[in-house]
Amino acid sequence: MAERRLALQRPPGSITELREIPLKLELRGITKRFGDLVANDHIDITVEPGEVHALLGENGAGKSTLMNQLYGLLQPDEGQIVVNGEPLVFKSPRDAISAGIGMVHQHFMLVPVFTVAENIALGAEETRGGPLGWLDRRRSRRDVIDTSKKYGLPVDPDALIEDLPVGAQQRVEIVKALTREVDLLILDEPTAVLTPQETEELLTVMRSLTDMGKSIVFITHKLKEVKAIADRITVVRRGKIVGTASPDTSEDELAALMVGRAVSLEVQKGPAEPGDPILKIDGLVVDDDRGVRAVDGVDLEARAGEVLGIAGVQGNGQTELVEAVMGLRAARAGAVRLDGADLVGLSTKKILGSGVGYVPEDRSHDGVVKEFSVAENLILDMYDRAPFGNPIRIDGSKVGSNATERIEQFDIRCQSPATPVGTLSGGNQQKVVVAREMSRPLRLFIASQPTRGVDVGSIEFIHNRIIHERDQGTAVLVVSSELDEVVGLADRIAVMYRGRILAIVSPDTPREEIGLLMAGITGATAEGEK
Amino acid sequence: MSTATVEDLTEVAAPEPFWSRPRKLGTALILLGVVAAGVFGSLAPGEDARFTLSENAEGAALSIHGPFGAVLFGVLTVIAGGVMVAGLLKRRSNLLLVLGILTFVLSFLCWQVAGHFMPLVDTTEGTLQLALPLILGALAGVLGERSGVVNVAIEGQFLMGAFAGALVGTMATSVWAGLISAAVGGVLIAGILAVLSIRYLVDQTVVGMVLNLFALGITGFLYERLMQPDAQTYNQPPQLPEWRIPGLADIPVVGPVLFEANLLVWLALGLVLAIHFGLTRTRWGLRTRAVGEHPTAADTVGIRVRGLRYLNVLLGGVVAGIGGAYFTLVATGSFTKNMTAGAGFIALAALIFGRFTPFGAFGAALFFGFAQKLAFFLSAIESPLPSQFLNMLPYLATLVAVAGLVGRVRGPAASGQPYIKS
Repeated sequence: MAERRLALQRPPGSITELREIPLKLELRGITKRFGDLVANDHIDITVEPGEVHALLGENGAGKSTLMNQLYGLLQPDEGQIVVNGEPLVFKSPRDAISAGIGMVHQHFMLVPVFTVAENIALGAEETRGGPLGWLDRRRSRRDVIDTSKKYGLPVDPDALIEDLPVGAQQRVEIVKALTREVDLLILDEPTAVLTPQETEELLTVMRSLTDMGKSIVFITHKLKEVKAIADRITVVRRGKIVGTASPDTSEDELAALMVGRAVSLEVQKGPAEPGDPILKIDGLVVDDDRGVRAVDGVDLEARAGEVLGIAGVQGNGQTELVEAVMGLRAARAGAVRLDGADLVGLSTKKILGSGVGYVPEDRSHDGVVKEFSVAENLILDMYDRAPFGNPIRIDGSKVGSNATERIEQFDIRCQSPATPVGTLSGGNQQKVVVAREMSRPLRLFIASQPTRGVDVGSIEFIHNRIIHERDQGTAVLVVSSELDEVVGLADRIAVMYRGRILAIVSPDTPREEIGLLMAGITGATAEGEK
Repeated sequence: MSTATVEDLTEVAAPEPFWSRPRKLGTALILLGVVAAGVFGSLAPGEDARFTLSENAEGAALSIHGPFGAVLFGVLTVIAGGVMVAGLLKRRSNLLLVLGILTFVLSFLCWQVAGHFMPLVDTTEGTLQLALPLILGALAGVLGERSGVVNVAIEGQFLMGAFAGALVGTMATSVWAGLISAAVGGVLIAGILAVLSIRYLVDQTVVGMVLNLFALGITGFLYERLMQPDAQTYNQPPQLPEWRIPGLADIPVVGPVLFEANLLVWLALGLVLAIHFGLTRTRWGLRTRAVGEHPTAADTVGIRVRGLRYLNVLLGGVVAGIGGAYFTLVATGSFTKNMTAGAGFIALAALIFGRFTPFGAFGAALFFGFAQKLAFFLSAIESPLPSQFLNMLPYLATLVAVAGLVGRVRGPAASGQPYIKS
């Protein structure tokens, strides 16, 4: 595989400044401990020049820790980093960069108020001398344009980062690494924030980079992408390498390797039996924090025994829509009715009390109180009523027995009910939230990004619970920027773009079509609305 | 359906709310102008207000009939506000705002000065002198804030600088030794701030306040125990000399203010320019701003975040310490307990009002300096208006700025947040 790419690495006449020796990287016995936790346990990986090496593993498996050591942000406790046969020690990212290693982080490392050129120059500024280093902005701009042309990654050197869409910001990050003439690029969960089309584009870019002899370490937990792009796959679980695989390995096998047991990736569900409409949203208009219109006249209807999925790239008004329904954000106009009764203007507490369960999108911020115990978090919205207490005191034994029961029922992995929620893994924190919200009789269940930052095993579990809730006759509203999740769960999919519902489609609709809708393009084929 | 395309949707931008920022400000200006024309105009005594070029009532002067001037400038304020409300000259709304405030101040002056005279040179010179410590203090704040460290200890750095300047200046009988010690005094406070907030991650505002109290306590104690009993040995520092640049000093108004001045005037003006261009045009500035906005991003390209923060906070200490020297080596001839009397907080206000930029801070400091000078002037002509009102101005202006009326004040994103490597 690697040999094939090497043969391809110099298309005639395209690249002239290629380094003579392509970069071959070996990690030998890398071990990193944080207290008792062994984040990386004797990891051995070899990345050949010109290959895409996928590092597959769940959240918290130790992928990012490993890459942070390779990029000089952390130092390994044991083991060696060997570049082209030479063992090296990286004390800071500067050392890694000069050894030819670059990294694009999951959360972009770009200063929002700087221009593209300033961000790319930062740390490796072109100067005209002087005690403070007088910046040579013209040369910085030219470097950006040159690199951008050379690799076919269009970026505007003068645009401010905060004005750019996420996909463009990612291109800036890649150009930033490439201007430093790196030969190995680490991409940490690069597709998490992209639309399906942007993901396609990124994969094409990755291909052309490897064709030019660069190698790529691709960190992800998305099996489809791994199979589409990787030359070699290393699977990490709980800090250890549990196997290597070729791209021909089936998704189920990869998932089983990643999780440690067989998991089903498809959501198992029977056909929906939709009943009466429960939630009716009419002409809802909501502004975001800056006072800009975020939801611009949305009409939606969620019926009993049905999952209504809302697909869309993040930031198209989904957050504000859900917050308005929950009474967390004021609606500028329109009505939200639950079984015919208007919810607009009611407090969130009243709305929850009228039979609405809510899983917020930002779990650590809005879903749990990290310092509180599992038991306390399980009754966060019910502490003042029977059976857990009254407005004056809380009945500790009831809270405890409730916790024991829910922990069992929802398979929450924790040492004890008294463990602070903040110490649990993302998946288990989310199970706490889901368990709490499902422990009341519900008419409507709203889940925003229900499996963000959740491991594959827990995703399966949470999805099954959501379907179970649907089959009880609850109306379910699922908002997710992961198209796979929406398609898997929903019985009807509403695609949201710039504050509007562009179309309501069936989950059998081809993905490309939904992807185009998410990008705001409605073709003649997208039918089904009205 | 299926007819909506991307192009259609992009045009559905959120409608601008009617009460935009220029409209709100314009309305405020109209109200101010009406007050100026009506109240100031009717209260002004029917005599001429004279603004003289010399030190006394004689000689060349700009003069205007008091009530006429008050009404005229009030009407101009209303016009400036009206233009803003009407939505004209949208790109120049900040200029209109400045014009509106300026004409309001002039209307006020026509009322107060009518029947008296105001020496222009003295007023300008006084404004600049009173603004000097504010400029230096605010610049110290700029250095810290832009690299992500909140410095509310400017007051403490002033006091330490003033004290050290007086003490060492007297003992060494050298004003230059005094000036250098003042800088060292400022650095001392800055150093404690830096270590506690950068190394030990203590809340920066709390540390700053504690340092202010510490500086007040220690200088007060040493003043009573050391300086007061033997002022001759410890508390009679030589003063910074005034230098005159021949030729340039003869320019009317500007000459005596700028070219017959002490070193601090030139230093302050030079630093405003140096820090402005340093921050915007140099590698040091780019990295400083990056560290203040997104330290993790800076770290991942190999910039030493903490090192740069230390450097900038300590540089700020030098600048603020020299600002403190103004009190003992320029303004008065000796140190007294709590002699800065909150000037450090006004400098902080100038920093915020000036939106964390050197030029903005400079403008705000001048404005506040003018307010102080005006307060002195009003009590000198025995105006019935309590001078305390003018002394409130910096704090009021800061409230207005922080409330977002003069455009959103956006400080550096990582300001006040310690950088923890993870």
